[in-house]
Amino acid sequence: MGAGAGDRLRVGEGAGAVTAIGEAEAVSVEVVDLAVTPLRELNQRLHDLARGAPGPRRWRILNPNGAHAIACGLDADVEVEILGHAGYYCAGMNKRAQVKVHGNVGTGVAENIMSGRVEVEGNASQSAGATGRGGLLVVHGDASSRCGISMKGVDIVVRGSVGHMSAFMAQKGRLVVCSDAGEALGDSIYEAHLYVRGAVAGLGADCVEKELRPHHLAELTELLAQAGFDDLDPSEFRRYGSARQLYNFHVDHAGSY
Amino acid sequence: MCGIVGLFAKSPEIEERLGEHLAAMLVQMSDRGPDSAGVAVYRDPVSAGWTKLTLYSADPLEDWRALAATLGSPGADVRASHAVLVVEGEPAEAEALVRSLRPDLRVMSAGRVIEIYKEVGRPERFAEAFRLSELQGTHGLGHTRMATESRVTTEGSHPFSTGFDLCLVHNGSLSNHNRLRQRLRREGIRFQTENDTEVAAGYLAWRLREGASLEEALAGCLDDLDGFYTFLVGTSDGFAVLRDPIACKPAVLAETDDWVAMGSEWRAIAVLPGAAEARMWEPAPAIVYAWERARVP
Repeated sequence: MGAGAGDRLRVGEGAGAVTAIGEAEAVSVEVVDLAVTPLRELNQRLHDLARGAPGPRRWRILNPNGAHAIACGLDADVEVEILGHAGYYCAGMNKRAQVKVHGNVGTGVAENIMSGRVEVEGNASQSAGATGRGGLLVVHGDASSRCGISMKGVDIVVRGSVGHMSAFMAQKGRLVVCSDAGEALGDSIYEAHLYVRGAVAGLGADCVEKELRPHHLAELTELLAQAGFDDLDPSEFRRYGSARQLYNFHVDHAGSY
Repeated sequence: MCGIVGLFAKSPEIEERLGEHLAAMLVQMSDRGPDSAGVAVYRDPVSAGWTKLTLYSADPLEDWRALAATLGSPGADVRASHAVLVVEGEPAEAEALVRSLRPDLRVMSAGRVIEIYKEVGRPERFAEAFRLSELQGTHGLGHTRMATESRVTTEGSHPFSTGFDLCLVHNGSLSNHNRLRQRLRREGIRFQTENDTEVAAGYLAWRLREGASLEEALAGCLDDLDGFYTFLVGTSDGFAVLRDPIACKPAVLAETDDWVAMGSEWRAIAVLPGAAEARMWEPAPAIVYAWERARVP
């Protein structure tokens, strides 16, 4: 699912991904099959690991079949792999955990993420990373409309395109789009940094193109490296941000924004 | 909320079990619409010169066989509160005949291939009461309703049909339906409820009557309907999907060699055979996606 047309989609990767994660089995992996185990039981077990409680550190979830709120509300140094397509709010409110989905995700992946890393191998539906306050969200395919809406510090890197109204009222954090952006990018944006490599269908109110200065290039290079997309040339991107005409911006207070 | 599902068979195996698959998809969407449920199934075309009617009676003791005899229908295929009758004549005549004889009945659908069943209550109970798993067919669509703008009644459930072999299911709500209903009534389109979705179905019926193709009629929605919507439209040949330009309401499409499926969410499609290997994508806003089979001869 994503902004683009079907021919660019990566789908059905759930099953094929099994072979790709067979390495590094030194730590035992807790396998939970959602065809058998109720989702609430899985999430409760993951929540029980909060703040260093003993338990498995590596998890593999089978048969997600589009269920909602898988691995939501984690607060532990764990790795969770989801094999297949997930539904709404996957890895929502994530703290510290590393969550990887070998498939597509529905609305609101990593919504309000606080820290940690959420990675989607396929496409993400609307509102990916919405209101996120920290951490990193990586989407290998496309993200749909409203990607990074009201983001407040999260970093989002999308290998494909994003849909309309992305980074709407984005306050803080960085959104990197390696392909195109839809209509009304960055409408009513505050101080988030937007980088787009491809075409922008249209900029929202108070969003303007800005100069890509050396320190922006440096932060973009680092974000691409973190996402594993260092095959891309950062200088091909353009930077967008707030014209600061819509909200009360005082340069004297710039440090606190 | 509300949930939408659609299934278009590309293989005889899927056609044989269309109802069973559609029911499984519908049940997956119970959380999105526990108020009422409904399906339109395209199956068993009647001969030229005959019309298939799906009728609804509020009377649980309705004597469908007596009505079938009166109308000259070879029989009555009864499912819960509904029955399918086959009447000689063109759809307009057949529908008018039933309305004149029995104004207390509701004509849920009229055409050569369409059958519509819908009822209040949870989708799983609906699927069981109407024995959906028995139904074979070429394509079908379904709806689970969480009512927002009109009452929870059988008549207010989806799908809505205001044209022959044409039906519509809808997730969202329309804000200019009252004015548009007045306009369409002046054009001779009949409405049976105060429901907004019925107006959208009536709009499509009107545009098709005036010579528009299905794609053109749907594209007209972008100009003439105010509100938010994901539409799934069924015709005798196939179905089409349209989301409004803002695309608030969800939709997922998937396709394999055996089927094309549409669902409000992936979990509705995940129950189909071969779903894990399906090509899957999210329909872009304001773009009409349509599938059609070769015309029924």
